[in-house]
Amino acid sequence: MSAEQAAALEALMAEVFTGVELNLYLDTHPWDEQALMCFNRHSAQLMELKHAYEARYGPLLGFGYSPSPDKWRWNMSPWPWEMA
Amino acid sequence: MWIYQKSLEYPVRITKTDPRMALLIITQYGGPDGESAASMRYLSQRFAMPTNESKAVLNDIGTEELAHFEMVGSMVRQLMKNATPEQIKAAGAGGYFADHGKGVWMGNAEGVPFTAAYFQSKDEVIANLHEDLAAEEKARATYEYLIRMADDPDVIDALRFLRMREVVHFQRFGETLVSVQAAMDEKKFY
Ligand SMILES: [Fe+2]
Repeated sequence: MSAEQAAALEALMAEVFTGVELNLYLDTHPWDEQALMCFNRHSAQLMELKHAYEARYGPLLGFGYSPSPDKWRWNMSPWPWEMA
Repeated sequence: MWIYQKSLEYPVRITKTDPRMALLIITQYGGPDGESAASMRYLSQRFAMPTNESKAVLNDIGTEELAHFEMVGSMVRQLMKNATPEQIKAAGAGGYFADHGKGVWMGNAEGVPFTAAYFQSKDEVIANLHEDLAAEEKARATYEYLIRMADDPDVIDALRFLRMREVVHFQRFGETLVSVQAAMDEKKFY
């Protein structure tokens, strides 16, 4: 994985983590409108990053949630535990 | 249903070989207060949760624990991957190597296999949530013990992230307990 790809993936991981944290927070604070706005803003940003990342480096999600144009790309990128 | 995302929740990038540390950290993979016990506990208990909030919290934290299970397995593998049999033997990990080589197996730091006896799942929301609160505190303590024994900053960084998540989970379970108790009190007639 190139340094450029690793940086793009890390930016995406940070956005996903924000989603995890806000999701758990909203589970117990569903009335918090500011947190809800924040969640939706990050969700939109995440979708943008996901599309840009996948167009360059291939699918990020399995089972049809990411496309695999012209050939099977799922197994072409390194697995998460191989990024040392 | 779960969808796999081809990334960790938080980066694990360990380049320094340390089989001794690997086999201490492995307890968070398959030990009593580890991520597998946590995930299986919450994902099993969620079926008996009575409120929208408690179902969501158990489901979502149980899912996040699976991502931690993957992070811990990645740490173990990266710490072991380039070790020679001599290094492994010198680190006191020869017994593990004899049974598993450098494979990642679910046991505690002493080699005791994972068991479902590490957690309960009852049709009792108050009992379940108290167990969950205790589980998060025990996992936090274990990460602190591991951090005290670690010297590689890359290892400590990932352990600190995992420790911090236990603190957040404890907080969410506490809020869930309060709201479940309020919902139960509303239903009581004297
Ligand atoms: Fe946790």
